[in-house]
Amino acid sequence: MAAESPAAARSVLSLRNAGVGFHGRSLWSGLDLDLSPGEFLAVLGPNGAGKSTLLKVLLGLQRLDSGSAEIAGRPARRGSSRVGYIPQQADMPAETPLRARDVVALGLDGHRYGIRMHRRRMRRRVDELLEKVGASDYADEPVGLLSGGEQQRLRAAQALASEPTVLLCDEPLHSLDLHHQQGVTRLIREQAESGTAVVFVTHEINPVVEHVDRVLYLAPGGHRIGTTEAVMRSEVLSELYGAPIDVIEHRGRLVVMSQHFEGHHCAPGHRAEEPLAPEDPRVGVGPHVHDDDHQSHGEHGRSA
Amino acid sequence: MIERISGSFTLEGYWDLFQLVSNSVIAAGVLGLMGGMIGVFIMLRRTALVVHGIAEISFAGAALALLAGLDVVAGSAVGAVAAAALIGVLSLRDKDVGAVTGVLMPFGLGLGILFLSLYQGRSANKFGLLTGQIIGVDDIQTRTLVTGAVLISAVLVVIWRPLMFASVDPQLARARGVGVNALSIGFMVLLGAAVAMSVQIIGALLVLALLVVPAAASLRVTVHPMSAVLLSMAFSLISAVGGIMLAITGTIPISPYITTISFLIYLICLVVGRGRRRRRRSQAEQSAQSPYTSKV
Repeated sequence: MAAESPAAARSVLSLRNAGVGFHGRSLWSGLDLDLSPGEFLAVLGPNGAGKSTLLKVLLGLQRLDSGSAEIAGRPARRGSSRVGYIPQQADMPAETPLRARDVVALGLDGHRYGIRMHRRRMRRRVDELLEKVGASDYADEPVGLLSGGEQQRLRAAQALASEPTVLLCDEPLHSLDLHHQQGVTRLIREQAESGTAVVFVTHEINPVVEHVDRVLYLAPGGHRIGTTEAVMRSEVLSELYGAPIDVIEHRGRLVVMSQHFEGHHCAPGHRAEEPLAPEDPRVGVGPHVHDDDHQSHGEHGRSA
Repeated sequence: MIERISGSFTLEGYWDLFQLVSNSVIAAGVLGLMGGMIGVFIMLRRTALVVHGIAEISFAGAALALLAGLDVVAGSAVGAVAAAALIGVLSLRDKDVGAVTGVLMPFGLGLGILFLSLYQGRSANKFGLLTGQIIGVDDIQTRTLVTGAVLISAVLVVIWRPLMFASVDPQLARARGVGVNALSIGFMVLLGAAVAMSVQIIGALLVLALLVVPAAASLRVTVHPMSAVLLSMAFSLISAVGGIMLAITGTIPISPYITTISFLIYLICLVVGRGRRRRRRSQAEQSAQSPYTSKV
C-alpha cells in the first residue's frame, strides 16, 4: 500500500481486498480490515457466510483467492505463534489419558517433535496459565471428566500459551451455560485489555456486546464493518440480506428479526428447543435467509 | 478336554523347554512392550477395529506369499503395511475409519482363505498364521523382530507430542501447525508394521490381545499420561511372556494363554477403575460449591 494510514501502520491484523470462494462461487470478497492491539472484533452472520473460513484464512489453513492477509506485518501462516486460537467447544472422551495440565502443556509444545525438555520450566508455565484462566483447582483432574465450560477454559489457556498478538475465537461460548459463558468472556476481554487483538466469531452478539469495539457482519449479500451501533441496524442488515430485517434493542440486548423466521429470532440468548441446522443460526444475529449454500464447503472445523 | 488340559502340564524339564523357546520369549517381550506403547494411541484414536482389519489382511498377504512360494513373514508384513496405509488414506476424508475397515476386512480375509485353499502344501502352515506360533523362532527372526519393535517405539517417542495433540484435538493441532493428515497416515503405517510383527507370535486373529487390551486396561485405572503408557506396556509384557511360559508346559497353542491373561488383567482394571472413578465422583460432589464444577 502506497499511503498507509496511522491505523494501518500499527495494525496487528490486516486484510487487503481479501476474497475467498468455493467452486467458483465467491463467499466474501473485497474485505478490508485493520485491527489495532487490544481491539475486540465480533464477526457475525448466518451459517455459510464464511465466518469460520475467515478464521481459517487467518490461521493459514485456507488460501485467499484474492488480496492479502497479514498478521503482525507478516503473511498469515500455519502454526504462527503470534496467533492464538480457541476452537468451538468439543467434549473430550472420558478415557482420554490426559490431565488438565497435560492439555495446557500440549498448547505450549504439542507441535514439537522429540522428547520434552525443560520439564520444570514447562510445569511452572503451565501452572501460571492454569492460574490465569482459573483452572488451578482441577489442574490434576482427568480432562475427560471436566465439564464443557472447564474444558473451554483449558482451551483458552492453550490459546494464550504463546502470548499471541491476535486471538481468534470460533464460537467459544457455544453450548456453555451462562456461568461459564461469563467466565470465558471475561478471560477473553482481559486478554484484549492487555493488548491482544481479538477476533470473536459468534452467532450471538449479546453475551459479548458490551466488550465489542467493532462488528464485521458477513452475509450472502456482502459485508459491513463498523461499530455495533453502525452495523446492527435494520437498514444495514436489510440491505445485506436483501430482505426486510428488524433490529430491536430490548433491555440492552439486540434482537434481530426477519419476517420469515420471527419465532426463532425474537429471543436471543435463549436456545430454542428443537434442533435446526447442525450449526443453527437461531439466536441473535442471522435471519435464516440465503442460507446453507456453503455449508458443505469446509465450514466449521471440517478441513477444506 | 479337561484331562487334556490338565494332563498337558508337565513341569519336568521346564527350564530346558524354556531355553528352547528363549528366542520367542525375547521376541514376545519386546513385541509386548511395543504393543503396549502403540496401544495407547490405538485406544485414543479409536482404531481398535483397524488393528483387527490390518491383521486379517496381513493374513491374506502371508497366504499369498505361501502360495507364490515367497517368504511368508515378508508377505504378511507387506499385506499389513499396505492395508494400513490404504485404510489411512481412505479414511482421511470422511474420518470414518470403522466403515473403511469394515469394508476392507472381509475382502482381505476372503482373499486369504482363497489363497490357502489353492495352496497344495502342508496344512499345518495354515493355522500358524492365524493362531500364532512360538516354536522355531530362530535367531535371525528374533533379531528382526527386536529391531523392528525398537524402531517403531523410537519413532513413537519422537512423534509422541504432535501425535497426542492431533489425536485429542485435531482442529487445534492443525491450527498450531501440526501435520495432522501426515501424522494420521504415518501412524497407520507404524500400526501396520506393529501388527505384521505381532502376527508372527500370536497370530492374525489375536493381535488385539497384545495391541489393544493392555492399553484399554491401563486407561481404566489411570489418566496420568506417563503411567498410562508404562502400565499398558507392563500389562502387554506380562500377557505375552506369561502366555509363552504357560504354553510351553502343554500342547495347547499359545494364543489362549495370552488372551486369557490380558483379559483377566482387563477385568481387574475394570473393577479397580470403577471404584476409583466412584470415589473421584463423590469427592467432586463434596467439594463442589456450585453446580457447574462437575458434569457428572
